[in-house]
Amino acid sequence: MGARFLLLSLVCFSLMILDYRDQHVERIREALSVVVYPLRLLVDLPFRGWASVRTNFATREALAAENEELKRERLNAEFRLQRLAALETENARLRELLDSQARVGSRALVAEILAVDLDPYRQRFNLNRGLVDGVYEGQALIDAQGIVGQTVRVGPFTAEALLITDADHALPVSVNRNGIRTIAYGTGDTGKLRLPNLTNNADVEVGDLLVSSGLGGVFPAGYPVGRVTEVTRRPDQKFADVWAEPASALDRDREVLLVWNAADEAPRAAETASVAKAKVAGR
Amino acid sequence: MAERQPAWFVPALSLVLTVALALLPLPRAISAFRPDWVAVVLLYWSLTAPRRFSLLTAFWMGIVLDTLSGSLLGQHALALLVIVYLAERFHLRIRVFPLSQLGLSVFALLGLYEFILFWIDGVAGRTVPLIERWGPPLTGTLVWLALLAVFDSGRREAHARL
Repeated sequence: MGARFLLLSLVCFSLMILDYRDQHVERIREALSVVVYPLRLLVDLPFRGWASVRTNFATREALAAENEELKRERLNAEFRLQRLAALETENARLRELLDSQARVGSRALVAEILAVDLDPYRQRFNLNRGLVDGVYEGQALIDAQGIVGQTVRVGPFTAEALLITDADHALPVSVNRNGIRTIAYGTGDTGKLRLPNLTNNADVEVGDLLVSSGLGGVFPAGYPVGRVTEVTRRPDQKFADVWAEPASALDRDREVLLVWNAADEAPRAAETASVAKAKVAGR
Repeated sequence: MAERQPAWFVPALSLVLTVALALLPLPRAISAFRPDWVAVVLLYWSLTAPRRFSLLTAFWMGIVLDTLSGSLLGQHALALLVIVYLAERFHLRIRVFPLSQLGLSVFALLGLYEFILFWIDGVAGRTVPLIERWGPPLTGTLVWLALLAVFDSGRREAHARL
């Protein structure tokens, strides 16, 4: 038994080292994720069932009220969309004048969050979309209120996503009011983001809206990230203590949007093209 | 060791259910106290019905957990291997302990499990809060004792004599 133990731990260690260095283990992981997919669905099933039971047994009045509210919301949204269309064309024209690259509209796909979580220390969750839907690693996720996170691992049918509040996550943002750029770090708490890189004299106030700056290329620019909730300036420190609250409903979402960033896809294509060219030239 | 070994499907079914439990979403407030279900159940079987599970089972359960949680492949597997190995190796000694010490040894094993996970996280450079790591071993021990009380009345009688 001792020998078996040693052998198996050796296997574990080598797997971990290979996985850590990103070598060859992705295939195994993909295969395994297909194997455990039914288990995920099984756990998700009661939650889904409960949701459908609730819709089925909702009273007529409640449905009517909800319908009414949705109609009102839609009217509101359409009103804003009309303005947006005008602004977009104006923006495109101005950008043409400035000779800068036009921002192309991006594609999006609704993904459901599988009601599954394992590690309370990491803010990750699984989506019911994967490689077959064209999801790629490092794809941005948004919901109705703002940026949610990004995909970190993509299997054939599921993808694993990291919330912006995960302790390992950092997101380039800018203050909407004046365009100051900084980075929002996750804290491990779904209600908090940390902005440690703002100096004491930086113009940041409580209530400032933070939007994604689009630097780094993962997240599309201009989506709301959060609001500043706390600014503490200490004279003996160079940097201010700034905290923000995420705009999106990170712990309540059931559905999110996977965004294909058009500006992201273009360089990707260009990159593969240039690599191909380099290969040809190398020959 | 006059115990009747349970039919093979009882432990197998318990393990599948356990993984489902481990996946079950919990409210944020108590998710820090989620017991390590798989570790607890594996420990239960390896202490009450040793040799029922091989180390290989522990290994595969760990790999499944790794896949589900997105941790390094082999991380949970190694942690489970170590505690199951220790439990099986010393089960004869641990079994004769009074209940309080039994609980303590299970707590120590679960603590070790948690520590191995923490340690690998640290080596791999993943940030994880340390303080909340105390929750799972504590609740895990309670669950383990509850399992013992509910499913192992024979053993409880043996303890009444001690």
